[in-house]
Formats: sequence, structure tokens, C-alpha cells
Amino acid sequence: MTALLEARGVTKRFGAVEALRGASFAVGEGEVVALMGDNGAGKSTLIKTICGVYAPDAGEIHFAGRPIAGMSPSAVHDLGIETVYQDLALAPDLDTAANLFLGRELLAPGLLGRLGVLAKKRMAARASQVLTDLKVAIKDPAAPVATLSGGQQQSVAVARAVTWADRLVIMDEPTAALGVPQTRAVLDLIRRVRDSGRSVVLISHSLPDVLAVSDRIEVLRLGRRVARLVTKDTDEAQIVGAMTGAWTQEEAA
Amino acid sequence: MSARASTGRRRRALLGSATDITAILLVIVALFAILDFDAFFTTANLTNVLISASLLIVMAVGATFVLVTGGVDLSVGSVLVFSGVVAGEVMKAMGGQGWGAALVGVAVSMAAGAAWGVVNGLVVTKLRVPPLIATLGSFGAAQGLAQVITNGNDLKDIPYELVDTLGVGRVAGVPWLVVVALAVALAGGLVLAVTRYGRRTYAIGSNAEAARRAGVSVDRHLVSVYTMAGLLAGLAGIMSYAQFGSTTLSGHATDNLAVIAAVVIGGTSLFGGVGTMFGTLVGTMIPAVLANGLVIVGLNSFWRDFAVGVVLVAAVYLDQLRRRARTAR
Ligand SMILES: Nc1ncnc2c1ncn2[C@@H]1O[C@H](COP(=O)(O)OP(=O)(O)OP(=O)(O)O)[C@@H](O)[C@H]1O
Ligand SMILES: [Mg+2]
Repeated sequence: MTALLEARGVTKRFGAVEALRGASFAVGEGEVVALMGDNGAGKSTLIKTICGVYAPDAGEIHFAGRPIAGMSPSAVHDLGIETVYQDLALAPDLDTAANLFLGRELLAPGLLGRLGVLAKKRMAARASQVLTDLKVAIKDPAAPVATLSGGQQQSVAVARAVTWADRLVIMDEPTAALGVPQTRAVLDLIRRVRDSGRSVVLISHSLPDVLAVSDRIEVLRLGRRVARLVTKDTDEAQIVGAMTGAWTQEEAA
Repeated sequence: MSARASTGRRRRALLGSATDITAILLVIVALFAILDFDAFFTTANLTNVLISASLLIVMAVGATFVLVTGGVDLSVGSVLVFSGVVAGEVMKAMGGQGWGAALVGVAVSMAAGAAWGVVNGLVVTKLRVPPLIATLGSFGAAQGLAQVITNGNDLKDIPYELVDTLGVGRVAGVPWLVVVALAVALAGGLVLAVTRYGRRTYAIGSNAEAARRAGVSVDRHLVSVYTMAGLLAGLAGIMSYAQFGSTTLSGHATDNLAVIAAVVIGGTSLFGGVGTMFGTLVGTMIPAVLANGLVIVGLNSFWRDFAVGVVLVAAVYLDQLRRRARTAR
């Protein structure tokens, strides 16, 4: 399988803290890859480096054969990569539709649009459809997202990423705050995204979810890749062993 | 959707966080109308109130954008004076009279204000100096330069063409100053409420990092917002020069605080992300109505400062209550 996304030897330092120490990571076309690792292993840092929030100190990142390390977030968007951040990255004072369309607002047709006037109705309609698909019932779609529950906010962030991603969706613990039906909806959504030919990176601490939905698992420990596993050929013990350091796959790094 | 929810939504769209304060303005107006209807509630008197508020309205429109981004601009009063002075010098060099000088004066004043705004914006975004300090610096620097240019003496010669129109003239009975102020407020309100530019202004004030990750050029947007605030202070500068026939070097030292008070009273949050232009208009009118009405009912106008202080603290308290109710979930 040719890699859609490939990171090699990525290093990222925050002052004295070395969050990534030559981390590698790869995702193929149409593949769901789970990125696992203990708290502080560097998962969030790795995906933020991939999607342009951080520039790596060293290492290479290629997407569809092109180097993308150090690109701006909007340049990474333009490649068709979208991310659900662990901190959700929503604007709490804006409503659901405004958050879904943040940075890519629809404009009214004709002269008004050229003056920068928003197509609010059209955005609201698309937003409510996307949320219905995700089984998210938001009572007042015009309310600021700060007034939504944590799980609803998470669903808004997931909906935003899936709506805009043409090639790759990265989700950093997208189900951490979700109820059982909403978690199932997100896992179904991940399968649907894959079936549409797009790739997914799923960061999760939930082994059952990962085993249920992923094709492969890559494990990060102390800022370095320590295992690459095919989901149907592995088991919980091996994954946990890789995360805790009890077992290391030498060729993975 | 119930009918009640839908009118609630419509009211929120119009007034946003300014519902309570609009009620307070109406109560104040009603009180003065009851106390002395004939003196207070006349077209002439209410027009006077608007004239006295017009400079602050123009500056408050810019300040609303700045505060919605979560920033602050303390430089506006000095930038007003500086812009008037620069425009005055240029008009003097052009012979002092005539339409040519008048129009160039307006353009120069706005350009001078915008230039300070660019400086503010760059210092805030590129040098990462907090807006409070960056604009406090320009507050001092702009005032100082205005004094240096004029040697501390107010300029007083301004084209009659400008005084007779923008300064004291009327169109269809409405003073030019009021027409300009309300036109600026209407345009600013539309930009804030219905355009992508306004939407991104709210987004940056609400969560700048989220806006950046969503692909918004946050720094460029912030520079443009400070530039607009400066440009409007420059416009207020030429309006003030035309109205008073003098650059009023020492008359605007507390404009910045008056502007911020008005915007905050109008429901714009000091923490950014929340606010409406309608609220700002209401917040500007409260001090203006108080100053006018208190004199009419025979009270010392110093009571205005007292009342505005109380309303300001009450407005921020309400904002805090709203935030606490929201984050308590
Ligand atoms: N902005 C930052 N500044 C300083 N240190 C950071 C920053 N971001 C991450 N770190 C450090 O880098 C290391 C990896 O953090 P990261 O958030 O990538 O871990 P993670 O694998 O996502 O963990 P979790 O499962 O808890 O989300 C941690 O030691 C963390 O303290
Ligand atoms: Mg993380």
C-alpha cells in the first residue's frame, strides 16, 4: 500500500521538553489507523505537527508525495486534511453553524457576496443536516457552543472535520466525552469516511473502539514509534505491552 | 420551534448582550421626559444630544471591533488630536481655504489616524506587546507629536467650506456631524453583524487559536481592525476640528476611557467575542443623555460622571454574571 501520509524522524521540542524524539507515522489511502500511546507520549504533538499548528524541529512529513512540514494550517486544509483537536478548537461565543464554517464561511450570491455578506441561512441549513447525520440533537442551533454540553461540543468539532476533509481526517480523542449512542455514531462515521475512500487517523485510549474500527495500529511511546500492528492480527495484551514498554518492535522506529 | 423562542432569537440577533442596557436608556429618557417634557423632549434638544455624542460614536464604532477581538485601544483621543493637527498643517500649507484644501484635509486626517492604527496593530501582532500597553504607548506618543508639531499652540485656521458643512452645517435639518456618525455606526454595524469580516472578528476574540487553526489570518485581521479604529479616530479628528474651529490639543485626554466605557456599557465583553454595534450606540447615548438631561432638570452635570461610573460597573457585572452562568455548566 502506498502511504498517503508519511512522517519520518520528526522531532519537536518545547524548551527543555522533547515531546517528539524522531517519531515516525504512516497512513495509507482509505485506511483507518489508530495512533495509541500513554498520556504524554506525544500523540497530540505529532498530529499538530502534521497539520501545521507546529513546525517540526527536524524530520520529514510527506502527504501524497509532497513535503508538507512547516506549512500553515490553511495550506494543510487546502490539501484536504482536517483535524478534530483534543481541545476541540471551537469559538465558544459563536453558534454551531458559525463554528462549522469557521474559516470557510459561505457568502451570499451576487453583489452582496462580493461585499463579504454571509449566507447565514444556507450555512445553518447545512449545519443542521450534518448534525442530524451525527445523531446530535442541539436544541437551539443559534446558541453559542459554550452553552452546549461537552459531548455536543465534541460532536460539532467532529462534524466540522468530516464535512471539510477531502482526503484525511485526523481525530484526537473524538469520543472522550461522548455517550454510548454518540460514540457509536462517530465510529460508524469513521467507517463511512473510509468507505468514501478517505483516510482516518484516530487517537483514542479506548481499546474496544480501536479494535472495532481500525485497520492498523501505530503505538507511540516517549515521542517515538514503538510498534506497527495490523488490527486483525494483534490483541489487547500486545498493544498494552507496546504502550507500557513491556514489548518493543525493533523495526517500528 | 415555539413562537416565544423565535421572538427571543430575533431579539438576541438585534440586541445581543445589549437588552438590559437598552431598557436602562429608555428609562432614563422617560424620566427626563416626565420631569421636563417641554425642554427635554424637543427635536432641537435631542439633536443637540446627538451632536454632543457624534465624535464618541465614530470612535466607539472602531473600539467595538477592537474590543470584540479581545483587544483595547487607548490611543484614540490622542490620535484624534494628532490627525486634526496634521490635517490642519497640510490645509494651511495649501493656502488655508477652499474646497481643495477641505477635501485634502479630510483625507489626510483619516490617513494619519489609519497610520497610527497600523502602528498599533503591528506592535500588538508582530512585537507581541499587549494591546493595553501598545496603545497606551501610542496614546502618549501621538499626543506628544501633536504638541511638537504645533509647539503647543492650537491651530485655528480651517477652511470655511469645512466649518459650514461638516462643522456646523445641516442636511435636511440634520447636522452633518450626526449624519456622519450614524452612517459610520450603520456601516460598522452591518460589517460586524452580516459579513465574513465581522464573523472572523468575533471568532478571533472568542478563541484566537481556534481561528488560526481554522485558517484565519489572525495577525492580518487584527492589524486591519486596529487600522480601522485609527482611521475612525482620524475621521473624528477632522470632525472635531471642523466643529470647534480648533485642534483642541488638550481636550481629548479622557476620550479613550469614555469610548471604552460606552462600548462596554453597550454589552461588548472586555474578554472579546461578544458585542453589538447597536449596544455601542446605546452605550454612547447614555452619558450624552444624562449630561443633557441633568442640566435641564437643574442638577449639576457633574452627576453625569457619577451616574456613568455606576452604569459602567453594573454593565461589567452583568457581563460577568452571564459568563458565570455559561461556564457553570
Ligand atoms: N505547548 C506545549 N508546551 C510545552 N510542552 C508541551 C506542549 N505540548 C505538549 N507538551 C509536552 O509534550 C509531551 C507530549 O504531549 P502530548 O500532548 O503530545 O501528549 P499526548 O500523547 O497527546 O497525551 P494525552 O494522551 O494525555 O493527550 C508532554 O510531556 C507535554 O507536557
Ligand atoms: Mg493528546
